[in-house]
Amino acid sequence: MEILPNLTNPELLHLYKKMWLIRHFDEKIDEFFRKGIMHGTTHLSIGQEATAVGACAVLTDEDKITSTHRGHGHAIAKGARVDKMMAEMFGKSTGYSKGKGGSMHFSDLEKGNLGSNGIVGGGIPIAVGAALTAKMKKQKDVTISFFGDGATNEGSFHEAVNLASIWKLPVIFFCENNQYGMSSPIDEMINIEHIAERAASYGIPGVIVDGNNLVEVMNATYEAAEHVRMGKGPILIEAKTYRWRGHSKSDKRKYRSREEERFWQTRDPIKQYEGYLINKGILTRETAKKIKLEVRQIMEAAVEFAKRSPKPSIEELYTDVYA
Amino acid sequence: MWMITYSEAIREAISLEMQRNEDVFLIGEDIGVYGGGFGVTEGLLAEFGADRVRDTPISESAIMGAAVGSALTGMRPILELQFSDFITIAMDQLVNQAAKLRYMHGGEGRVPLVLRAASGSGTGAAAQHSQSLEAWVAHIPGLKVVQPSTAFDAKGLLKAAIDDDNPVIFYEHKLLYKTEGEVPKEQYSIPLGKADIKREGTDITIVATSVMVQRALIAAAKLEREAINVEVLDPRTLVPLDEEAIIASVKKTGHLLVVHEAVKRGGFGGEIASIVAESRAFHSLRAPIKRLGGEAVPIPFSPELEKAAVPQVEDIVQSVQKMLGVKMTCI
Repeated sequence: MEILPNLTNPELLHLYKKMWLIRHFDEKIDEFFRKGIMHGTTHLSIGQEATAVGACAVLTDEDKITSTHRGHGHAIAKGARVDKMMAEMFGKSTGYSKGKGGSMHFSDLEKGNLGSNGIVGGGIPIAVGAALTAKMKKQKDVTISFFGDGATNEGSFHEAVNLASIWKLPVIFFCENNQYGMSSPIDEMINIEHIAERAASYGIPGVIVDGNNLVEVMNATYEAAEHVRMGKGPILIEAKTYRWRGHSKSDKRKYRSREEERFWQTRDPIKQYEGYLINKGILTRETAKKIKLEVRQIMEAAVEFAKRSPKPSIEELYTDVYA
Repeated sequence: MWMITYSEAIREAISLEMQRNEDVFLIGEDIGVYGGGFGVTEGLLAEFGADRVRDTPISESAIMGAAVGSALTGMRPILELQFSDFITIAMDQLVNQAAKLRYMHGGEGRVPLVLRAASGSGTGAAAQHSQSLEAWVAHIPGLKVVQPSTAFDAKGLLKAAIDDDNPVIFYEHKLLYKTEGEVPKEQYSIPLGKADIKREGTDITIVATSVMVQRALIAAAKLEREAINVEVLDPRTLVPLDEEAIIASVKKTGHLLVVHEAVKRGGFGGEIASIVAESRAFHSLRAPIKRLGGEAVPIPFSPELEKAAVPQVEDIVQSVQKMLGVKMTCI
């Protein structure tokens, strides 16, 4: 498959590195929770790296995203620093939210990340608002709203997609269909085969992509971004993917079989992209190894930075409530 | 100065601000040709065009969310959801998003939006269109809550609300829309968090909000005939609240009656009473604090029942007489 956006080989390799950054970040988080040294809860996106990285690959820092409770990957894909993210996960003052947000509330306005969100579907209307700003200020940026399959049964999804469609706003509704809303299989929760079919009721295109294939995701998002930038209105992309781990840290995954999980692990998005790059002669096994090593070092440094960082002072409790 | 209605004062504040600041725009249900559920935005579509006066589908959550997202990215939206009761359908975007984004993101981002909300009973609109739910939002850190009681206050407070970098809920009482008052023609700002003594007095402080300010003033005029000198204090904004002004007034008069239309149980009056009870004014109190609020019932339709559900002038008069130990007379 040919790559549509005009990306250089180093840029394509950078995407590969970002996928590993996400994988390693979430694996570290998983490890820390298991060891009992991390507080709170978290939602891991291991196995879903291609959607975040592929979609954000076609964006600039001026373009915006809204993200979900499973948002570490989106943040990294949109350019967040993993050391500040790790510090946030440890509740430290050097974290993205100074230790006040935790796993579900990363934002980085400079990079165009308007924030992950603890409410299912909560970010979708906000993305529409960001796209409205772009339209009213005649800016060229697009907004991608990431959400899961479960969010498409929220009223906020329907209201927001409808509003964006009548105003032809430059927003891409990007559904990461990872098959389960917590424990609920999506095919038991909707009466249609594909979430993308819902686009028809708003008179907008609905596109289905293999969410574990980075190139496919990137191409579809590239075309969608062109479409919305031209003022043709929003698009709904449904990327079929799978979360390898449980919904959150305490999930025993009784609602699905180990066999099903093993099947999806054979469709590892990172391995697939790696194979693609090697086939194209863009990546060698040696370079792949080097990148993985580099990512491991970045992560070790991030953990060090987080552990060394100071806790927030108690005064911090009272700041930032009002602007 | 000219005499205009509360409703016109609000429209003027919006119009002057939209002329001045390109980032200010209106978004909401039937605010264009129709002019809003109560006619407040009438004429603004013709003045500013459909790009800045945006009629929306009946999608409160999307309207609220679009306002949040646009505010976060540089606009200053003013929203209208017809009746304040409909905020309940937009609660996630208001409470979980607008109010908390800045805090959750460690001080990154601002959400400068004004949610205009027509509230209160007295129009026969019954239980789903007559509520006063300001205590709900006053309870949420991150939101500001404004309740103007006069045309003058409405214009100046709305200007301040639009200038504010936080989400502000601006409660307009339906019964006040047609009330007239002296209002400067130019734009002016009344700072949020500054109470106003609507009538000075020495015997008792009535802290009243919204339409109850007007009722308290009528009651005060009646009580004057009995030589009872009532001070009427209008906090104007619940968040931020001018606690000092309330405490100072109660210290002076030694009596406190709090009056609001919202259901008394769990209402904001409890907060005001507690603030006074916890303050140095407590020692000045010569009688227990009293609260008057709505009955704990949904607002009924029938005019007699509707009136009985919320404090009326006579209730205020009698409460004051009782608190001051005055023999009750029919006045």
